Amino acid sequence: MYPAQFDYHTPGTVKEALDLLGKYKDDAKLLAGGHSLLPAMKFRLARPAHLVDLRKVPGLAGIKEEGGSLVIGAMTTHWAVESSPLVKAKCPVLAQTAAQIGDPMVRNMGTIGGSLSHADPAADYPATIIALNAEMVVEGPKGKRTIKVDDFFKSLMTTAVGPDEILTEVRVPVCGANVGCAYMKFPHPASRFAVVGVAAALTVEGGKVSKASIGITGAGTKAVRAKGVEAALLGKALDAATIQAAAEKAPDGVDVQADLQGSVEYKTHLLKVFAKRAIEAAAKK
Amino acid sequence: MATARLMGSSIKRREDPRFITGKGNYTDDLKLPGMTYAAFVRSEHANARIRGIDTARARAHPGVVAIFTGKDMTGVNSLPCGWLLPELKVPQHPPLATEAARCVGDPVAIVIAESQTAALDAADLVKVDWDVLPSVTSTARAATPGAPQIHEVAPNNIAFKFQIGDAAETDAAFTKADVVVKKRIVNQRLVANAMEPRACVARYEDATGDLTLWVTSQNPHVHRLLMTAFVLGIPEHKVRVIAPDVGGGFGSKIFLYNEETVCSWATRQIKRPIRWTSDRREAFQTDAQGRDHVTDAEVALSKDGTMLGLRVKTTANLGAYLSTFAPAVPTFLYATLLNGVYAFGAIHAEVTGVFTNTTPVDAYRGAGRPEAAYLLERMVDACAAALKMDPAELRKKNFIPKFDNGYQTKVALMYDSGNYGPCFDTLLQMLDYKKFRADQAAARAQGRLLGVGFSTYIEACSIAPSKVVGALGAQAGLWESGKVRVHPTGKVTVFTGSHSHGQGHETTFAQLAADQLGIPMDDVDIVHGDTGIVPFGMGTYGSRSASVGGTAILMSINKIKEKGKRIAAHLLEASPGDMDYANGQFFVKGSPEKAVPFGTVALVAYVPHNFPEGVEPGLEETSFYDPSNFCFPFGAHACVVEVDPDTGHVKILRYLAVDDVGNVINPMIVDGMVHGGIAQGVGQALWEGAVYDDTSGQLITGSMMDYALPKADGLPMYETARTVTPTPVNPLGIKGAGETGTIASTPAVVNAVVDALSGLGVDHFEAMPLTPERVWKAVQAATSGK
Ligand SMILES: Cc1cc2nc3c(=O)[nH]c(=O)nc-3n(C[C@H](O)[C@H](O)[C@H](O)COP(=O)(O)OP(=O)(O)OC[C@H]3O[C@@H](n4cnc5c(N)ncnc54)[C@H](O)[C@@H]3O)c2cc1C
Repeated sequence: MYPAQFDYHTPGTVKEALDLLGKYKDDAKLLAGGHSLLPAMKFRLARPAHLVDLRKVPGLAGIKEEGGSLVIGAMTTHWAVESSPLVKAKCPVLAQTAAQIGDPMVRNMGTIGGSLSHADPAADYPATIIALNAEMVVEGPKGKRTIKVDDFFKSLMTTAVGPDEILTEVRVPVCGANVGCAYMKFPHPASRFAVVGVAAALTVEGGKVSKASIGITGAGTKAVRAKGVEAALLGKALDAATIQAAAEKAPDGVDVQADLQGSVEYKTHLLKVFAKRAIEAAAKK
Repeated sequence: MATARLMGSSIKRREDPRFITGKGNYTDDLKLPGMTYAAFVRSEHANARIRGIDTARARAHPGVVAIFTGKDMTGVNSLPCGWLLPELKVPQHPPLATEAARCVGDPVAIVIAESQTAALDAADLVKVDWDVLPSVTSTARAATPGAPQIHEVAPNNIAFKFQIGDAAETDAAFTKADVVVKKRIVNQRLVANAMEPRACVARYEDATGDLTLWVTSQNPHVHRLLMTAFVLGIPEHKVRVIAPDVGGGFGSKIFLYNEETVCSWATRQIKRPIRWTSDRREAFQTDAQGRDHVTDAEVALSKDGTMLGLRVKTTANLGAYLSTFAPAVPTFLYATLLNGVYAFGAIHAEVTGVFTNTTPVDAYRGAGRPEAAYLLERMVDACAAALKMDPAELRKKNFIPKFDNGYQTKVALMYDSGNYGPCFDTLLQMLDYKKFRADQAAARAQGRLLGVGFSTYIEACSIAPSKVVGALGAQAGLWESGKVRVHPTGKVTVFTGSHSHGQGHETTFAQLAADQLGIPMDDVDIVHGDTGIVPFGMGTYGSRSASVGGTAILMSINKIKEKGKRIAAHLLEASPGDMDYANGQFFVKGSPEKAVPFGTVALVAYVPHNFPEGVEPGLEETSFYDPSNFCFPFGAHACVVEVDPDTGHVKILRYLAVDDVGNVINPMIVDGMVHGGIAQGVGQALWEGAVYDDTSGQLITGSMMDYALPKADGLPMYETARTVTPTPVNPLGIKGAGETGTIASTPAVVNAVVDALSGLGVDHFEAMPLTPERVWKAVQAATSGK
């Protein structure tokens, strides 16, 4: 499978990359790890005339801690996140999520920025990013702006990143000592994408949930925050009945889609099962 | 000494270093001066008439050498069907569709260019004016009233109606029955997915009129014969077909396909070599697919569990055209296996072959036999449930008793030898069946769902006696050739008509030859896959290489030994009748010190200064072996699973296999065959399935992202063992091991899942794969009383 013809650009700075986007507009596509874009191009479902490769732009990859957040460069690979001692120490669920993406080849090539920008409805990161209340930093012709995760995923494979913008950083608040987090997924038997994935971040104070943040991916057309589940947990002790009742709310607000992996009925059910599992796992930490 | 060492020992495969270091020589690796590259324009519709094809823009694309449509291919015939059942409806199958496309992926034009990318880009520019018609892909719906009609020659989309067994005897058995168990069993369609996609390079040499075709083939001579004699009408001797390293086939590379036929025709037009390599999407759409049966089966039983009768009605989906051996698969490779290892009182089976707007279906690993084994083993478990009998006991009660030479089944076949009880007992011991049932009960008490599934199977392999298959409709003989060339230095080249595309012939046949000749294995090379240098051979499928191809080699070795004895006797001034051969030495019987080494005899054969009267120089022999019967490997497998009641996910905890494949040349290779086969069969049970949209006719599972192949993390470590019942059919005692795992494992897994859910009231799954959703829904339906 060979893609249609395209021109290939290797900008050396974000500014150069932005200029290329400005110049070629709809004919241009950013290339990160290529593990979503290139398959689409090989199927000739995507036919960009210009590829703007971000891999030669210095400073876009890397993980550091800054002002209470992990700052992860958009070009940081899934493997780098999965294996980072910093991530494992400060935000283990993110490493846990990265480790469940695809297979080692995919994780060595794919990037966090590419995954979030692509916004595949079955991608893993979005659920965790929602649960962790991350912020996305984008740069465009008019400079930098920051997008809250709740404003980030717009619709099927569409994000708040403009066509003339580049996602440069993901800022993830460090998980405190009293925060328990987990990501649980039901993988697609072929691709390993999430048929259903639920991430939970729970802050427990005095035996009660003082903050609950739940992200859901897979079942619908985009990743969403499970507000019903969060509300059902807030202020409660994490006993079995509470968890069960909260998990029942997981499908609320998810536009569940039927496909070969499951009917609406089945995926709705899975959402509850995996919400429960994610909450239980988070509660143990 | 050498004899004891080579046969039956797990020698590492000599072909592996080149494969695992990327030094294999595959068709796509071939570089020829002046090479051009082909891309096919294919139908994106399942059923559509061609109003016109506009190639003007494509022709103008830089780098395009030529574009041909079906209309250009005058004088070229339909792709042939090599197995003609009585009253079979054989529709035209032009290499490039001219009037209409009958399935998605049907090729309508070839674009040939200076580069692969130019060919693909130009193919995108070919515009076909389609008149899209309604289509049908569903097996069950194909022959129902109102279904779109696919071929004029086949009213109601029916290709054939076939029956076997005794209807009256079977009716009588059902009249006598205390209990009748009836189930619908769907054996879903599978995609073969060989690792190397199909490919070909066709080169016509203007100066000599010779055509060479390199092609991913399991049987290069068959490819050549079909293509030259039936389709292109070029003289067979002017065509050389080479199947170099081939990365897997599973049956899908047996058949003559459109692409190599069109390239072989087109190279004669443009007088330049042409290469075509399928991409994975084309492979999903165009490689012949497997299985696809819908069956209603009934078993008649007496109260004590005796199996009185079996009645089977199967609809087999053949796809849009008749692929090369398609009609044989759901008939003579399926219905004849419905006796299994059980002493049924009577059997009657009807099979209806139907056309649909889907990729053609043909032999896929096991070919018919997995469908038969699945049906039987599912039915046996359903019978056990109906009778409230233990499934192991019911099996044992009905096994055909031990026989050494011949058991006449109710469905035409005559089994060679069998001893099914001990094989099954070995399995039960390995499993520790009693303990498992105790563990299962304990687990159930905690809400955990454990299950065990058995399957016993029989396979008809080492295909096949030519006379028999000829009477059944085969348009070919199914013997094999083996030529042994001893060089003057005593080194040996063996030419086999069978073909290795993963099986390990270069190792096993060298083991066999070196063992028989008592010479080092390093002195023996195996050559296969080239009609220019190998005698006509029938190729590899139906687990026939070792038993049929190996026997042909053995026959030639025996001839070499006989000739060698005459030469050695002459040198020793002894009588040829007094000579013997062992450990690489010709010697006088009873006087081993009076000996001539193999190498000396070889040299003398080529430097015949002192040579026996009336003996020809040289040391080279060719043999053709036509087996007198099929061989019938058998075995018993068990699978232990745990089902997650919340999600329906099935986890395999243990997998046990006891197989009897007759004598074994290389146990490691046989183990590998069994392991891979099990994985493939588990794939059918749990993950794989070609799904077509019945409205649009599109293959929905058309990529690796959608079609789930088995992965290592879904499979346990296998626990395997063997019993050995040599076949009397061939002198090697080898039955065949290529397909056993695939045949046995699917029912073992499904039976295990049903067993796990039996406590909830689940007794059957109509359809596979057992996706989590199917399992979960079965649990829901059973527990909510739906
Ligand atoms: C076999 C396979 C299995 C997979 N399994 C999983 C899985 O289980 N879970 C999962 O989550 N994912 C899975 N993926 C997807 C994988 O994680 C991809 O790597 C990821 O979705 C995209 O990241 P990328 O870096 O490869 O982006 P690319 O493919 O290079 O780009 C994707 C899209 O994002 C745009 N883009 C990239 N970077 C930026 C940026 N910085 N700013 C703005 N736009 C940008 C591109 O223009 C393009 O449109 C799988 C992929 C494959 C091939």
